[in-house]
Amino acid sequence: MTAGHMREITYLQAINEALREALAEDPRVFLMGEDIGQHGGAFGVTRGLWDAFGGERVRDTPISENTLAGAALGAALTGMRPVLEIMFLDFSLLALDQIFNEWAKVRYMYGGQCTAPVVLRSPQGGLSWKSAGAHHAQSLEALFVHIPGLKVVFPSTPYDAKGLLKAAIADDNPVIFLEHKAMYGDRGAVPEEPYRVPLGVADVKRAGDDVTVIAAGKMCHFALDAAALLAKEGIAVEVIDPRTLKPLDEETIFASVRKTHRAVLVQEAPRTGGVAAEWGMRIVEACFDWLDAPIVRLAGADVPIPYAHSLEAKVWPRSPDIAEAIRKLVALEI
Amino acid sequence: MTRSISTETLEQMYEIMWRIRRFEEAAGAFYQAGRVKGGIHASIGQEAVATGVCFALRPGDLITSTHRGHGHHIAKGADLNRLMAELLGKATGYNRGRGGSMHMAAFDVGSLGAFPVVAAGVPVAVGAALGIKMQEQDRVVVAFFGDGAMAQGTLHESINLAALAQAPVIFVCENNQFAVSTRPENSLAVRDKVQWATSYGIPAWSIDGQSVDAVYDTSAEAVERARAGGGPCFIEAMTYRFEGHYFGEPQVYRTREEVDVERRDRDPIARLHDRLLARGVEPTTLDALNQAASEAVEAAVAFAEAGPEPDPETFADEVYSP
Repeated sequence: MTAGHMREITYLQAINEALREALAEDPRVFLMGEDIGQHGGAFGVTRGLWDAFGGERVRDTPISENTLAGAALGAALTGMRPVLEIMFLDFSLLALDQIFNEWAKVRYMYGGQCTAPVVLRSPQGGLSWKSAGAHHAQSLEALFVHIPGLKVVFPSTPYDAKGLLKAAIADDNPVIFLEHKAMYGDRGAVPEEPYRVPLGVADVKRAGDDVTVIAAGKMCHFALDAAALLAKEGIAVEVIDPRTLKPLDEETIFASVRKTHRAVLVQEAPRTGGVAAEWGMRIVEACFDWLDAPIVRLAGADVPIPYAHSLEAKVWPRSPDIAEAIRKLVALEI
Repeated sequence: MTRSISTETLEQMYEIMWRIRRFEEAAGAFYQAGRVKGGIHASIGQEAVATGVCFALRPGDLITSTHRGHGHHIAKGADLNRLMAELLGKATGYNRGRGGSMHMAAFDVGSLGAFPVVAAGVPVAVGAALGIKMQEQDRVVVAFFGDGAMAQGTLHESINLAALAQAPVIFVCENNQFAVSTRPENSLAVRDKVQWATSYGIPAWSIDGQSVDAVYDTSAEAVERARAGGGPCFIEAMTYRFEGHYFGEPQVYRTREEVDVERRDRDPIARLHDRLLARGVEPTTLDALNQAASEAVEAAVAFAEAGPEPDPETFADEVYSP
């Protein structure tokens, strides 16, 4: 692509464009979800698609998450490529029987007789969106990462969102495509031409030699803010966005840690049992001899997400926390 | 609504019903011998439902099945050898040993698989019907489920979704009187399933599931209707599970006498036998069909026994599609 074909659009517009292109390119692709038709979705991600493609391919559905997930699989088994929107990822918990027990397993337990090309798109996360509270702001990626058979994607930029969604829809496996609801309005450069970002490939968002920070979604932006601040203090931070949480691009992560010898892992989700724990363990298994300092983890607190702003503000790490953790780590004498 | 099923078709049904019963008797023998460790849920006593429904289908039509699904697969035309090999966990099984009794699938004959989580196959059937409709194909889908599934929210959501979309799906409730140990009157507030189903605005019938004629007649009407664009409908087939929930299950919730009476008076194979005799079919012809079914199952057992175990090195293959 050339710079001449790039333009600035939002994360939300990038996802909308990916869906529009996929619908136009492949008659097997269709969308289903609650209020995604004329209404354009709770966040407006599917706006305009019902007008362009009609109610058969942009299907409004009843509020029946588990059945929608099962129906998406059934359609896929007849050769379709459904993209299911669940309004908030918190509501996907109603659909986990189908997603965990069927989407993830049918190919394996049926001995390769079928594939399950289904995509679940759903917004997760809190932070600067609104006081969404306990049932509309969780970060649940670790649940899906845990299940063999699923792929999990979590883009942090409009460019990655569009390219990864195109790749997810083209993939023959079930893909959980997580969108950060606080980033829908974020702008970034996106080519006009169709393109895909391959699943399972991390992106070095900023290069540096002193410390590796691994962070996805909104946390990747906080890490980049911290890195910009620390550059003025003479600390060169490398920021890696895994982009795909499963399968994890270990090579990019390991190469960075072997270069910087220090790792800081950041996640928005509650601390216990999260993806950062998995990243840290893999680094220990593969890069122990290269590490000059303990691995540091920053994460959301192990609490349900509260409503009041003063309480909510305590839940998640932000760029000053990341910067401070890096300063301490770099200053550490081993 | 009685259709005239030809004697030849009834004879074919008779053999298929014996195939199902002999297959599951062989499975029971494997269980007794300790050759199969996993749970085996036999449909002995319910053979007329799978058979009557599947005879109303074309090869290109689809089904979703349950944990009690051997009969559905056999009636839909799945290869007995590969089914038996799967039961034994062999590489030559339909699922190459990754599924077993509870996860049978035979995509080559239109089975989208058995879904042992109760009611889990039902929304998949609805989605398959949506896919068929969107692709303007001349096919229908049958969702098999038990009376226990009637208490699952997913089942009600599925009927609602199918009715809204006028999807070509036939919901077949095999009411065998027991959700494990629980009788429908103890788990369903509304006893009349027809009332329940018609409240979603779709036609529904409750029929004698021990009469393969009745099952076939109603299924044929439902299938014709769905294929012609008439949308979904619901059939409750009243049947009875002669075995426990699984082989070896103690059955403390019913008496020996109750089961004996059912076996004596409501055996679907015996009924069809009498019906064929009444049509003038020679007893020797019926014996020969029974014998053919037994031989086919014996051959399947031999095939399954001879097949190799899966190569342990392949245990992680096909978690993902390339």
